[in-house]
Amino acid sequence: MGRFLLRRLAQIVPTLFFVSVLIFGLQQLLPGDPAIAMAGEERDPETIRYLREKFHLDEPLPARYWHWLSGVVRGDLGESVRIQKPVTDLILEKLPVTLQLATMAMLIALLIGVTAGVISAVKKDTWLDYAANVFALWGLSTPNFWLGILLILLFAVNLGWLPASGYVSPFEDLKGNLAAMIMPAFVLGNAFASVLMRHTRSAMLQVLSSDYVRTARAKGLNERVVILKHALRNALVPVITLGALSFGELLGGTVLTETIFSIPGFGKLIVDAVFNRDYSVVQGVVLLTATVYIALNLLADIAYFLVNPRMRVE
Amino acid sequence: MRWFGLFLAFAVSSVAAQSTLRIGLAEDPDILDPTMARTFVGRIVFAGLCDKLFDLDEKLNIVPQLATSYKWSADNKALEIKLRNGVTFHDGEKLDAAAVKYNLERHKNMKGSNRRGELAPVASVDVVDPLTVRLNLSAPFVPLLAVLTDRAGMMVSPKAAEAAGEKFGAAPVCSGPFRFVERVAQDRIVLQRYPGYWNKGAIHFDRVVYTPIVDATVRLANLRSGQLDFIERLAGSDVAGLKSDSRFKIARIVEIGYQGITINVGKSDEAQQNPLGKDARVREAFELSLDRNAIVKVAMDGEAQVGNQWVSPASSWYVKSLPVPKRNVERAKQLLKEAGVPNPSFTLMTPTTSDAQRIAQVVQAMAKDAGFDVKIQSTEFATSLNLADKGQYQAYVLAWSGRADPDGNLQSFHFCKAPLNYAGYCKPEVDDLINRSRAAADKAQRQKLFDQIAADVVRDRPVIYLFHRHWLWAHNAKLSGLRTVPDGLVRVQGLKMN
Amino acid sequence: MKRLLKRKSAAFGLFVVGFFVLLALVAPWLAPHDPLATSWSAVRAAPSASYWFGADELGRDVLSRIVWGTRASLLAGVVSVTIALTFGVPIGMLAGYVGGWTDILISRITDAMLACPFLILAIALAAFLGPSLTNAMIAIGISATPIFIRLTRAQVLSAKSEEYVEAARALGNPHLRIALRHILPNIVAPLIVQATLAIAAAVIAEASLSFLGLGQQPPAPSWGSMLNTAKNYIDQAPWMAIWPGLSIFLLVLSFNLLGDGLRDALDPRHK
Repeated sequence: MGRFLLRRLAQIVPTLFFVSVLIFGLQQLLPGDPAIAMAGEERDPETIRYLREKFHLDEPLPARYWHWLSGVVRGDLGESVRIQKPVTDLILEKLPVTLQLATMAMLIALLIGVTAGVISAVKKDTWLDYAANVFALWGLSTPNFWLGILLILLFAVNLGWLPASGYVSPFEDLKGNLAAMIMPAFVLGNAFASVLMRHTRSAMLQVLSSDYVRTARAKGLNERVVILKHALRNALVPVITLGALSFGELLGGTVLTETIFSIPGFGKLIVDAVFNRDYSVVQGVVLLTATVYIALNLLADIAYFLVNPRMRVE
Repeated sequence: MRWFGLFLAFAVSSVAAQSTLRIGLAEDPDILDPTMARTFVGRIVFAGLCDKLFDLDEKLNIVPQLATSYKWSADNKALEIKLRNGVTFHDGEKLDAAAVKYNLERHKNMKGSNRRGELAPVASVDVVDPLTVRLNLSAPFVPLLAVLTDRAGMMVSPKAAEAAGEKFGAAPVCSGPFRFVERVAQDRIVLQRYPGYWNKGAIHFDRVVYTPIVDATVRLANLRSGQLDFIERLAGSDVAGLKSDSRFKIARIVEIGYQGITINVGKSDEAQQNPLGKDARVREAFELSLDRNAIVKVAMDGEAQVGNQWVSPASSWYVKSLPVPKRNVERAKQLLKEAGVPNPSFTLMTPTTSDAQRIAQVVQAMAKDAGFDVKIQSTEFATSLNLADKGQYQAYVLAWSGRADPDGNLQSFHFCKAPLNYAGYCKPEVDDLINRSRAAADKAQRQKLFDQIAADVVRDRPVIYLFHRHWLWAHNAKLSGLRTVPDGLVRVQGLKMN
Repeated sequence: MKRLLKRKSAAFGLFVVGFFVLLALVAPWLAPHDPLATSWSAVRAAPSASYWFGADELGRDVLSRIVWGTRASLLAGVVSVTIALTFGVPIGMLAGYVGGWTDILISRITDAMLACPFLILAIALAAFLGPSLTNAMIAIGISATPIFIRLTRAQVLSAKSEEYVEAARALGNPHLRIALRHILPNIVAPLIVQATLAIAAAVIAEASLSFLGLGQQPPAPSWGSMLNTAKNYIDQAPWMAIWPGLSIFLLVLSFNLLGDGLRDALDPRHK
């Protein structure tokens, strides 16, 4: 275990290094002089010169990378050029929002996906199987921004049940917070419901045909007990680990969902920053996201290792 | 800690029910520092946060705000401004002549200031007495007063500015009806009523919350669901649907800016390869192939006024002898034949905003009738600015938010080597006329100079002005007191929820 | 193949995909109007006899644009995945077969790319390359490459220890030959499954990029950019959004069903 852990940790460092190079490089490659983009409508040449100096824009690429990286190591992710706020502050502001959205989405996904997966596996090859299949697939096949707009029109404008957009902190108004988050969480979680459904289904199928379950059935246990207590519990392990890993992909999905619903989270922050050429923000947030993803991966690997010591990977 | 503050706020706010005005913005503002700010939408927030020396009324006349009166010297090289007595900043400091001097110098000298160009002719500022300042100009500059109705005329607390330095924008301390409480990027800007405001009788709200919602459909949805009281930049296509809803009112006014197509006539060597840039007849043919009324109808749902100059036909400065030309495809074809290019082909650089895209497509279809092959090159806005600055384009769909004085729509664009002169237009005679128009104190004389400038600019067509958009606002019908000023800002004084 | 068709949902998926491919091919003859032809009098016209699906904000026929747009969406899906396969499979094979430092380097870079959210990577790349369908396809393709690298590598690793590979080595076959003629055909199955599913994701990704203004640009028809414009008129002209959205949904659904079916058919364990 110790050796395994050490080996995995040794892999993380170069990975993070490549992430930093990748995201830094991508930003710097974006066309458009950021100083001009930042300089606003008046485009005063003095201001442009000042901005270029302030953000080291005239220095060669490796030097700029070094500036940024040395800052990161010290915990300074730089400053948003657009509103002059430290990136770390922006992250701390938005992290709880996106975390809440992602968590709610994952819960919804688990609810829909696992249920559909169990039904599909138990009632295999019946119309219920196909129906559950299509239902869960629906989420993966619909562009989430389209779904979002349609939901807003239905529930907010026409029915008036839910707010059209925006966000209010749960500490200020819990009911309002949940009302505002339910639609985006649904839209976001929909896509992953399908992935979870499929994995639950195959995991359940495997377990249902295993000796373990056959024994339980032979013992004369109630079918429902067999399914829920024995099969599901075992099937859920890989499913939940997958859920944890999908967190990273979920963050990618927040990009469009947050934009449509005006939720002030990471996704929206990144998209706006890319279009505004707010380099430090994009670099800082993506680096953080990648780090979290890698950490989750590591945890999942450890979990796998503990559950299945027979596993010989790489 | 932050949570404690939130609990406190929660407790306080639940005790005294506050009246809040919730305004939906079309974008997230940038830095809330009048010296460094660079977006239009930031100015909307400033309307509630920072008062200025002078303001504009619905007819674009200069009216007093922090200043009460002004007087030009005989040679027009010095402007004496009398300040209002008893005005304080949000931190309690007094607004006096020394504070004004500090602010103007800050606008001029601070690193990263975006007001430098606007205040360039101001050479020095003198404190005459605690309530009087004098601005000494290097040359007569008539548009100065209009400049002082915008960010360059906004006054911030010198004490707070000194203390915060560059970080002032994170917690601005200004002199407007509301003071800064908090800002969550891309989420909201919260302002609280300032009890010491000099015009507090006109303020009927305790709080103002500005919420940026980029998508116009969602912004409107927020209004309709009651989450917002007021939204700016209603989409033209939504007007018809909202008109029939008695819960809401729509207000509109023609902007002081414009939407046009800028042509590379000399910004770079590419102008030589540009069929539009090389020959003025081709530009004329292009303009004649366009039906501005149809463009407005189709691309803007009728919510714009056609124009062909840097000010709209509704403006008193509009040169009436050069009216908006009608579409004339035959003449366009004839001109192209004369120029020897019956089927010119050029690239129209179009930002990816929906307005610009629609305009470009309509223009493409119309110009085709005259033989033009227009290739639409969709470019991200940030990139397009860069390319325009380098002159790496042929034609560019570009709008300008406009300034109160016509000079603000003219000089930066058509003066040789001016920062916004993407066309690369350079004619010494026009430069001379522009300079003289900036110094002409007499209105009639100034108008004559504009007539002459227009004669050149409208004929040379470095920019083909298409139309002037309507500022479209929608609000809760119970909200009264809205003043429709052509600069598109939302003035909070007088707004009341009935 | 027969096993594939036995599953009803997979057969349905195959049928719909085939339908769309056919549609894309016969678009010029099938579409009732020129998809680029504007008409000022038909702006946002409701569905009628001459405009079966209604007209868009510039008076263009929505049905014709949907039919022609099939090309863009199919291309977006197929070309992106082809790019990902073209780069991903050889690199993955290299990493899996050669091992050692090559493997370590490739794996770490792949990990790094996978650690960045897919859509963000695609957005940044598309913004870098400039808004156009081609660039969107390249951006999506590059963003999807690491998935195929990893998949191929894993398959190659497990194949390496198979008997037939050892036998081929023993016979003195050069490495390249082993890789191409022995290993590759045996790992094709899971690659095809993943590729089919990736096409579905790529179509959605193109629509997402178009929604942000980075994909196919008007006036050329593509379902994603049609949705992007339609969102402004969802109240007044819902048909502008319904049909492209429905088309994307059907196409993506069928690719997903097809991919699922392929996985079931090609993997005996999944019965």
